[in-house]
Amino acid sequence: MILDRGRFPLWLAIAVAVLAALAAWSFSVGRFPVAPGDALRVLWSALTGGESGFARNVEAVILQVRAPRLVAAMAVGAALAASGAAYQNLFKNPLVSPDILGVSAGCALGAGLAILYSLPVVAIQAFAFAGGLAAVALVVAIGSWVRGRDPILALILTGVVVGSLFGAGIALVKYLADPYNQLPAITFWLLGSFGGALPADLAVALPLIALGLAPLVLLRWRIDLLALSEDEARSLGLDVARLRLVVIVCATLVTASSVALAGVIGWVGLVIPHAARLLVGAAFARVLPLSLVLGAAFMLAVDTLCRTVAATEIPPGVATAFVGTPVFILLLAATFRR
Amino acid sequence: MSRRSGLALAAILLAAALPAPASRLFVDDAGRQVTLPDHIGRVYAAGPPASVFVFAIAPDKLIGWTRAFRANEKPWIPEKYADLPELGRLTGRGGTANVEVVLKAKPDLIVDVGSTAATFASLADRVQKQTGIPYILLDGRLAATPQQFERLGDLLGEPRAGRDLAAYWRSRVDPLLAKIATVPHDKRPEVYYARGPQGLVTGLRGSINVEMIDFLGARNVADGEPGGLAQVGFEQVVLWDPPVIVTNDPNFMRDVWRSPAWQSVTAVRKKRVYLSPHLPFGWFDYPPGPNRLVGLMWLAEILYPDLFRFDFAKEITQFHERFYHQAPTAAQVADLLGEKGVSPR
Repeated sequence: MILDRGRFPLWLAIAVAVLAALAAWSFSVGRFPVAPGDALRVLWSALTGGESGFARNVEAVILQVRAPRLVAAMAVGAALAASGAAYQNLFKNPLVSPDILGVSAGCALGAGLAILYSLPVVAIQAFAFAGGLAAVALVVAIGSWVRGRDPILALILTGVVVGSLFGAGIALVKYLADPYNQLPAITFWLLGSFGGALPADLAVALPLIALGLAPLVLLRWRIDLLALSEDEARSLGLDVARLRLVVIVCATLVTASSVALAGVIGWVGLVIPHAARLLVGAAFARVLPLSLVLGAAFMLAVDTLCRTVAATEIPPGVATAFVGTPVFILLLAATFRR
Repeated sequence: MSRRSGLALAAILLAAALPAPASRLFVDDAGRQVTLPDHIGRVYAAGPPASVFVFAIAPDKLIGWTRAFRANEKPWIPEKYADLPELGRLTGRGGTANVEVVLKAKPDLIVDVGSTAATFASLADRVQKQTGIPYILLDGRLAATPQQFERLGDLLGEPRAGRDLAAYWRSRVDPLLAKIATVPHDKRPEVYYARGPQGLVTGLRGSINVEMIDFLGARNVADGEPGGLAQVGFEQVVLWDPPVIVTNDPNFMRDVWRSPAWQSVTAVRKKRVYLSPHLPFGWFDYPPGPNRLVGLMWLAEILYPDLFRFDFAKEITQFHERFYHQAPTAAQVADLLGEKGVSPR
């Protein structure tokens, strides 16, 4: 543990450096050819309010398309990894991912309904967000009603069951959808993409993600104690039930915002916290910051590949698994076989 | 001789050799030999394109629709046809039909028009085996449309209707193609087809969704890898910088003018984004059937504004009378053309 604690600042610094390097690289590559220096110059003149002197479409690509997309990928990566870490700690279970309480299924059903009723993009995002919150609220309500002796187990089981109920709802929406127009739209929305992330979308999603992440970061030492048994945590003066609710609300808020912004992206929330734990040990207070940075870096790297490899996009949920699994296995081997 | 034409020849010889007065042998476009009853009074169309074909040729033989008409679609076709029951789809795109319901409706023939790939051919075989009802699969490409009218007309015992529709189709489409053929290849316009509420789903090269673009000799900007529908990034659209965008999504049509990012695309700056009408059937890509005829003229005028100028009110009326058996009211035509972004001018 002492060794781990000493390594934490080092790993965090390395992760931040990697993220910065990735951001610089990602910002200078894309389908639209802009010289790396020019991309930064456009950004600089936009930030300082000067005239960049570049063509209008170059400016548009950099400021309206590429920069927001970078920010979206980093924010979603960080958000999913953080909520995954928080849930794995809360449920004391390494197999838990951010959608364990049905948030993704709720989001997907909300978005599917909005597409079925041919609503505009803003409404699709709002429905997705609301659907995610509704699903988790339902799970928490049922979970606390049935709680009994093992509230955690009740919560997880309820989450699984309500998640599959919402999953059936999605299947029904797809079945009812017009097969030529709405069904593809629903399918593509569920596959997810950062390709449509515009500044206006970020203006809504980023504050919500920040609002959810802030309590997790500020309370990380106390959340750490949730990994103890309930009696131990209580004896340390912790209001376990309330803290648990705070974690659930925060994780739900960030995950629902992420899904509303970029669709359902698996893998990140499940595996990035493990990667962080392999590097710095199990303590949530250290896993969370590192997960935030690793999640952002990983999602950014994957999305950069998604948008540059071919003229058509690779769904990020597919790419995360394809890119991430080998990386994770190598990391696992390096740690366990040492 | 290709395998298919070999089969066809064999089938013809076989048909000639067999003295079967009560039935005929038909070779469909997947090369399947199907024995048909002599008289076909009731037809189940397995998918929306087939529905449009059968409805145009022999509306009284159509036993139902794959999907009930919605309130805004109903007024466009005669009430007795609009009220036919909803039977669901039997095609490979996720069938929704209950086989028992189909059987109860007692069709003499099941018709599907669309892809003749092995998936659909084997599906047709299975359904035919399961139901005992002959199932024919016809090629749904635009180029094959007039022949399909003639063939289906003969099959359904309405040869004149089939021939008339084929002749009308040719009288509209052939002049288009002849005129377009005079346009040199480097003058052919580039088009981006925007689907989905964000306009970032498009049809790749060879997909049925962009068939009309290819058919009219224009260039789909997404002409790399062949495929179906795919998600593309904004940056790629800016890079393609299409001079014309066609969409089927009213939400995208509304949002595109407000989005600063889209302003860097030539088509948006020049206000050359067009919304394809969808009542009662789509004009552009769905369903991929003969309902696209007015859409072809509409797209031709968008793509080649110097070559074409149609009287759409007249074309719509003529088309609806022939294919949907009811002339639209003046108000309906105005509604169709009045939605923002529909009119090519």
